[in-house]
Amino acid sequence: MSPAELVAIPYTWVLALSAVLFAIGTMGVLLRRNGIAIFLSLEIMLNSANLAFAAFAFRLAAGHGTAGEALAGQIFIFFVIAVAAAEAAVGLALYIALYRLKETIDVDRINILRW
Amino acid sequence: MVTYVFLAAAAVAIVFAVLAVVPRNPMINVLSLVVMFFAMAAIFALLGMDFLAAIQIIVYSGAILVLFLFVIMLLNLRTVEPFGSGRPLQALLGVLVAAMIGGLVLALAALLHPELGGVLPGAEETGTALTIGRALVGSHLFVFEFISLLLVAAIVGAVYLTKKELR
Amino acid sequence: MWAELVVIGVKLAFVVAVLLTTVPIMVWVERRGSALIQDRLGPNRVGPFGLLQPVVDAVKLLTKENLIPAGVRLLPYLLAPAIALSVALSTFIAVPFGKDSGLELFGHAIDGFIVAPDLNIGVLYIFAIASLAVYSTVLAGWSSGNKYSLYGGIRASAQTISYELAMTIAVVGVLMSAGSLQLQHVVDAQSGVWLGFLPRWNVFTQLIGAITFIVASFAETNRVPFDLPEAESELVAGYHTEYSSMKFAAFFMSEYVHMTVSAALMTVLFFGGWNLPYIDVPFGGWAGALFSMAVFAAKVAFFLWFFVWVRWTLPRFRFDQLMALGWKVMMPLAVLNFLWVGVAMALGIF
Repeated sequence: MSPAELVAIPYTWVLALSAVLFAIGTMGVLLRRNGIAIFLSLEIMLNSANLAFAAFAFRLAAGHGTAGEALAGQIFIFFVIAVAAAEAAVGLALYIALYRLKETIDVDRINILRW
Repeated sequence: MVTYVFLAAAAVAIVFAVLAVVPRNPMINVLSLVVMFFAMAAIFALLGMDFLAAIQIIVYSGAILVLFLFVIMLLNLRTVEPFGSGRPLQALLGVLVAAMIGGLVLALAALLHPELGGVLPGAEETGTALTIGRALVGSHLFVFEFISLLLVAAIVGAVYLTKKELR
Repeated sequence: MWAELVVIGVKLAFVVAVLLTTVPIMVWVERRGSALIQDRLGPNRVGPFGLLQPVVDAVKLLTKENLIPAGVRLLPYLLAPAIALSVALSTFIAVPFGKDSGLELFGHAIDGFIVAPDLNIGVLYIFAIASLAVYSTVLAGWSSGNKYSLYGGIRASAQTISYELAMTIAVVGVLMSAGSLQLQHVVDAQSGVWLGFLPRWNVFTQLIGAITFIVASFAETNRVPFDLPEAESELVAGYHTEYSSMKFAAFFMSEYVHMTVSAALMTVLFFGGWNLPYIDVPFGGWAGALFSMAVFAAKVAFFLWFFVWVRWTLPRFRFDQLMALGWKVMMPLAVLNFLWVGVAMALGIF
C-alpha cells in the first residue's frame, strides 16, 4: 500500500529522546532514597519504553505492508499504560502499608530482611 | 514546522524529567512529571497517535499522578531526604550502567537510517480510535481481557494491603 | 497556514470572551434567581434590577487585599487557581456551538463553529482536560495549611474522581449511537425523528444515560446538592478558605466556566445541540449559522438556569451519601445505559 503523507519527524530522533529519558529515569531510581521518588523515576522509564514503541510503530506505519505491526505497537503502548496504572496502585498501597510499619519511606532504612 | 514543535516538546520533556528526578521535594517531582507526561502526549499526537495521547493524559496525568499526590499528602512527606545515596561506589556503577544503556540506544538511533514515519493507514481522517478499538476486541481480544483481569487483581490487592485490621 | 491560524484565533477569542462574560451574567442570575425562589427581592440597588451588581462585585474582589497566610506551601498554593481557570477554559475548544454551513472568513473556510474542528478525539480531549481539574482542588486544599481546607480539598477531589467515571460511561452510550468521537457528528446524529413522534435527541433515546450525566455534572462542578466541599455551613469555605481577592476570583470564575461547559456538554450530547425539535432550520449561510448559535445559546441558558434552580431547591448530600450514590447507583446506571444502547443498536431500534 502506498504511504500517505509522511510526518516530517525522523523516527530516530524519537528513539534518541527515549534513550535520554530512560537514562534520566534509571539514574533517578538508583540515586534517590525517597521511595515515592524512585517510583516516579520508574514511571519515567516506562514512558521512555512507550516512546520507543511509538517510534517504531510510527516508522512501520509508513512502510509497505507493515501497518499491522504498527497497530500492534500502538496496542502495546495502550497495555503498558494499563499495566503501569495497576502497578502504581499496588506499589503505593505497599508504601502505605510499609509506612504504617516503619514510619519511613527512605529505602535505605527499610532493611529489616537481611540474609 | 512539525519538526520544531517536536523539538520543543522533546526539550520540555527532558527538562521536566530532570526536574522530576533531581529536586528533593516530592511535590515538585510529581508536578513536573505531570508536565512531562503532557509533553509525551504532545509527542504521541505529533506522531499521529491521537487516541494514545488522550489516554496518556487521562490515565497517567489524570489518575496515576493524582494517586501519587494523594499518597504524598497522606504520608506528609517533606524534604528530609539527604543528598546522595549511602553507597557511593554502587551509585557510581549504577550511573555508569544507566549511561551505557542510554548511550547504546542513542548509538542505535544514530546508526539507523533517519527515515520519516506516517500516520496509520486508514486512520488519517477518522483518527486511530476506531482502528485501535477494532483491534482490541478483534485480534487482540485475549490480551484485552487479561489486562482487565490484571486491573481487578490490582484493585483487590490495593484494597487488601491497606486494610487496617490485618497485618 | 497563517489564514488558518487567524481563523482559529478569532474563534478562540470569541469563545473565551463569551465564556468569561457568562460569569458576571451568572452572578446576577444566581442572586436574583435565588431571591425569586426564596420569595425575596435580591440585589436591586445598583443599576436597574441590580444589573450592575456583578460589576460592583468584580471591583470589590479586585481591590481586596491580596493576602498570603504564613503557613502555606507557596508553589501549590499559587498554582491551584491558575490550573483551575486554565483547565476550565481549555475544555471548550472541542465543543461545537453552531451549525457548520461551509462559511468563509477572510477568504478561508471556517470548518464549523468549533475552535478545533479536526480534533479526531473530540470528547476524549474534554475528559482528559477535565480530569486535570482534580489537581486544583487537591493542591488548594492541601497547600493552605488549614484543616478545613484539607477536608474540603480531599472531599472535592474524591467526589470529582468518583463521578468522572459515571459521567464517562454515560457518554460512551452517546458515542456508540453517534458512531464518532467528534461532537459535531454527535449533534448531527440527533437531527430527525425517532419512533415517529419524538425528536431524535439522546435524552429520549437514552434517558438513563442523560439522567446519569446530568447528576454527574452537578457533582463534577461541585454544585448543590453535591457542594459539601465548599458549603459555608460545613467547612467555612472548603478548599478556597485561605484565598483572597484575585486568587479567589480565579476559583470563582473557574466554577462558573465549568458550569457553562457542563451545560454546553449537556445540550450537545443529550439535547440535540442546535437542532430544533421538529423543524429543520430553513436558512443557510450566515443567517442559518447565527440562528443555530442562538438556539444553542438558548438551550445552554436554560441549563444554566436549571443549575441555579436546583441549587436553591434541594438540600445537600452528606459526604458518605454522596460517595455511595456515585459508586453504587450512578455507575451501575451508566453501565445499564451502555447495555441498553448496545442492545438497541443491535436490534435496530436506533
